[in-house]
Amino acid sequence: MLSYIVKRALQSVLVLLAVGLVAFSMFRFVGDPVENMLGQERTNADIERLRESLGLNDPFLVQYWDFLVGAVQGDVGVSFRQGRPALELIMERAPATLELALVSAIFAMVLGIVLGIYTAINRKGPITNFILSTSLIGVSLPTFLIGILLIYIFAVELKWLPSFGRGETVDLGWWSTGLLTWSGIKSLILPSITLGLYQMTLIMRLVRSEMSEVLRQDYIRFARARGLSERAINFRHAVKNTLIPVITVAGLQIGSIIAFAIITETVFQWPGVGLLFIDSVQFVDIPVMASYLMLISVMFVGINFLVDMLYLAIDPRLRDGKGS
Amino acid sequence: MDMLKRAIASDLFWSFKRSPVAVISALVAITLILAAVFAPLLAPYNPFDPASLNLMNGFSKPMEPNAFTGESFVLGTDDQGRDVLSTILYGMRISLFVGALAVLFAMVIGVVLGLVAAYAGGRTDAIIMRIADVQLTFPSILVAMLIFGIAKGFTPIHLRDQMAIWVLIISIGLSDWVQFARVVRGAALVEKSKEYVEAAILIGRGPVAIIFKHILPNVLSPVLVIATISLALAIISEATLSFLGVGAPPTQPSLGTLIRIGQGYLFSGEWWILFFPAVTLLLLALSVNLLGDWLRDALNPKLDD
Amino acid sequence: MALLEIKNMVVEFPGRHGVFTSVKDVSLDVAEGEILGLVGESGAGKSTVGNAVLNLLQAPGRLAAGEVWLNGERIDQLSQSKFRSIRGKRISMIFQDPMTSLNPIETIEYQLVETILTHLDVSKKEAEQRAIDLLDQVGIPDPATRIKQYPHQFSGGMRQRVVIALALSVEPELIIADEPTTALDVTIQAQILELIKDLCKSRNLGVILVTHDMGVIAETADRVAVMYKGELIEVGDSDQVLRAPKEEYTKSLIAAVPPSNKKIHRFPKVALTDSDGSALQDFDLKGHWLAAGDVHDATQGTLLDVKNLSKRFLVQNAFLERNRRYVDAIKSVSFDVKAGETFGLVGESGSGKSTVARVLTGIHPATSGEMIFDGKDLTGKSGKSEAAAARGDIQMVFQDPYSSLNGRMKIGSIVAEPMVVNNLTSNKEERDDIVADLLELVGLGKDAARKFPHEFSGGQRQRISIARALATRPRFLICDEPTSALDVSIQAQILNLLKDLQEELNLTLLFISHDLPVIRQMCDRVGVMQFGELMEVAETEAIFEAPQVAYTQQLVSQMPKFSK
Repeated sequence: MLSYIVKRALQSVLVLLAVGLVAFSMFRFVGDPVENMLGQERTNADIERLRESLGLNDPFLVQYWDFLVGAVQGDVGVSFRQGRPALELIMERAPATLELALVSAIFAMVLGIVLGIYTAINRKGPITNFILSTSLIGVSLPTFLIGILLIYIFAVELKWLPSFGRGETVDLGWWSTGLLTWSGIKSLILPSITLGLYQMTLIMRLVRSEMSEVLRQDYIRFARARGLSERAINFRHAVKNTLIPVITVAGLQIGSIIAFAIITETVFQWPGVGLLFIDSVQFVDIPVMASYLMLISVMFVGINFLVDMLYLAIDPRLRDGKGS
Repeated sequence: MDMLKRAIASDLFWSFKRSPVAVISALVAITLILAAVFAPLLAPYNPFDPASLNLMNGFSKPMEPNAFTGESFVLGTDDQGRDVLSTILYGMRISLFVGALAVLFAMVIGVVLGLVAAYAGGRTDAIIMRIADVQLTFPSILVAMLIFGIAKGFTPIHLRDQMAIWVLIISIGLSDWVQFARVVRGAALVEKSKEYVEAAILIGRGPVAIIFKHILPNVLSPVLVIATISLALAIISEATLSFLGVGAPPTQPSLGTLIRIGQGYLFSGEWWILFFPAVTLLLLALSVNLLGDWLRDALNPKLDD
Repeated sequence: MALLEIKNMVVEFPGRHGVFTSVKDVSLDVAEGEILGLVGESGAGKSTVGNAVLNLLQAPGRLAAGEVWLNGERIDQLSQSKFRSIRGKRISMIFQDPMTSLNPIETIEYQLVETILTHLDVSKKEAEQRAIDLLDQVGIPDPATRIKQYPHQFSGGMRQRVVIALALSVEPELIIADEPTTALDVTIQAQILELIKDLCKSRNLGVILVTHDMGVIAETADRVAVMYKGELIEVGDSDQVLRAPKEEYTKSLIAAVPPSNKKIHRFPKVALTDSDGSALQDFDLKGHWLAAGDVHDATQGTLLDVKNLSKRFLVQNAFLERNRRYVDAIKSVSFDVKAGETFGLVGESGSGKSTVARVLTGIHPATSGEMIFDGKDLTGKSGKSEAAAARGDIQMVFQDPYSSLNGRMKIGSIVAEPMVVNNLTSNKEERDDIVADLLELVGLGKDAARKFPHEFSGGQRQRISIARALATRPRFLICDEPTSALDVSIQAQILNLLKDLQEELNLTLLFISHDLPVIRQMCDRVGVMQFGELMEVAETEAIFEAPQVAYTQQLVSQMPKFSK
């Protein structure tokens, strides 16, 4: 069991190193930032001065070493566009994105699992059909359209909720939160629904298909043949067996919420990391793209590692080291 | 003829006929695809021909004569006086072109790598699937954006608008191959363990013949399902990227670009500039998605209940 | 009064091609302390009867007509919630596969206690004690410790004991056992059947034993009911039905069962109401392509000589050698096969008998040892071309007729493929003629070439598999459990076909099976394998009449006896 944990931890570090390599390659090989930063009216002296100050004239190995040392210390370079450290830019905006992601994740998980179980147990019937067809429309509607639709209904027509921004925020040291003011909470509602809806649909469909599979297993038939109540069969035997595989995928989905926030943040002008990232893609601001990539991979890898540990706690077959 | 007769007699066609949802979505999807393919013949105007544009026609409401010129447009016009119906038809062309080529690209990479991983096993398998796992950790839309950003960095500035469509295809394709590879590998591993593969080894078939002649035809049905669902996803991904301003350029607007343009006018009352492209995108994605959903159930008898 | 009475049961499954009637007007009864064997081939509807009694039919199946009475009380019309107090409490069920019958993520204790508490008004403490007692009664050693374990920590036989304990946990009056030993090895099967018999007598239980295996019926059942295509053909005391069947179908079914006590030349040609639709053609091989060439001159003496053959599989890879795990599938096995004979390999699952076949055919390379076929080295050590040339003379018929044919190819291409790959024919016409002949030879007719595998039944597919194996004109045919997936009447036809082909084409056979009576019918000499080792090689009759090794003695004594 311990060797399994160590193995998973090592794998996580390997993934991070791989992402680091991608990030470094982006610095080293992608385009010429100088061309992006200076306008059409540039002189050779301008170019040379900029190259020198960005360290682009150093030999490959020196740049690589600088990158590694810097990355470990949290320094992944200076934004080409804004001239400030990329990580600083990101950390400044991280609380907005994380609060949005957290609220959406809870919304998606709770509703997704409940609806998934409901539609698996009641395979036919008007409510199930309604949930399933709505979910298909949900999957086919791009997130940004859902956002625009919600803004149109609740902000423009009904004027109940704000259409953009975070509302008032309260500073708690380096963390600025919107959860403590009424306007902050109101501002959070539409973006979190927009962001969580797609993930909720996916989790619901996953839970439904996994649970339908479990309900076909011999041990469920045997449990029924022993006269156990439907309640015990569905909620004690089936749900627990369903949630084991669901945890992994759901963990991945939650991780991807942070990335999907890019779209929601654009629609709602939410001052988070996603908006920053989109800017950096448009202007090929490599240091910001790279630090965003690294930050997000640290989170993904962390979530994955936690999910694996959770798995270990639930599934007795893994605890004996048989399934590893 | 023989093929056609067999197709009509098949279980798949039987379950198709019994599913009104499948029939309707197939009709909608085919209509939209045909409309996009024949856009130059069907569209009342060529929205990209500056000669046919009249700025005075801007913001015409649907079905109402324009206040200045008296001209009438079925779905209205946008800020520059372009006919919305025509921009939608041309936009759908770009959306479908990007979507279809991206899926094709992803499919070829994914199927080949999946088959090789399954058949070779060992180290080859481990390397391919490790890369797939790492990529899968990141949502495909993010991967597509990253690839788009990197590829943009490689493209000279004056070519960026022209290359954007191709960069988009490659970005979406590269972000989506993992699905194919994983499904094909899984299905191929099941096939590989079947005795007909051993029989083929025994009569002296080589690995390449076994992979492509014996295993490939048997893993095509899950590939078909993934391809259909991927097409809907790719269309949505393209629209999303274009909406975010990192996809199709304004000179070649896709449905996503049109929605991006229309969003600015929604709150000032010119709803049709956003509404019609959005409905078209929804119809396209929904019909393809419904087809994929039906196909998955129809080809997987286990779920048939 | 009978414990359970089924009156005029009809079960229907509505489907694409109309309503399929799976059980047609079946009436049966079981008394206390009696084991009723319910026997039939696949599609007979025997399992459906059991499921219908317990109201466990899979949707869209339904009980269309008939009555079920338990101890004088009619139960088929009870509501689902009332029925729940019958399931497990008064009628229990045991399923075929013990590996999937238990919830993998709960302890044995949890599952037993839950079942007891559902039906009995006892405290948790009492339920726990009762659970331990139950495990003790079904013969699980050290029950107080093992009850805390999870299903994956038990072997297949032990799991089936746990399943039986679960079925018995609330002292039901009737147990329906659906193929309870089909997934188990013969030695384990004997123990589980013994346990069921003991429990039936000591607790005065009624048992319905659903099975396809006449040997199991002969060993266990007091009375037997024979079903065919949903209909009840014959009911009576086991001795009477098995020794002096009255109905035509029962007669032909019993004629097809390989007897365990003697060797017969051929299975009688039976007038089944419905065979797999094939009959062996009288086929003149003289001057035919199949019999042409010098390869069919009977080489006297040894054709295949295997010395110290070993095969080791890597089961867990690791960076460091010491962390890798291997399994030795075959350990230094030596035997020889004489030209023209049938050599049998028999053993339980995991004995390595199928691995021997796969190493001989080159599907897996040997780890060490020698294989000499007709003077040529098969290991490839003395040149790949020598091995490849020799392998052209070796072909194989596989176990699973459903997975051994590529479903996307027409039968014609499947049978022709060996000839195409090895350039055995000069043109397509010649190839098509040979394919047609081969299909005639195995009794399918040449029209089969234009069809796809899914259009054929299991027995017919096995014939196609044989035709493909014959297409390279092999001298040595390996049959790996060729009939274990088939019904007994189809098995008899395939075994007859193999015997006929062997005589006509002068083939040498390596016949691999777990089924001792089949081995006795087919083989001249037999090797007995256990855990990768060859325990004993002897003439077939010697193995059955005077086994030398303890393991062989155990196998032979525990095989279900069905004598004629």
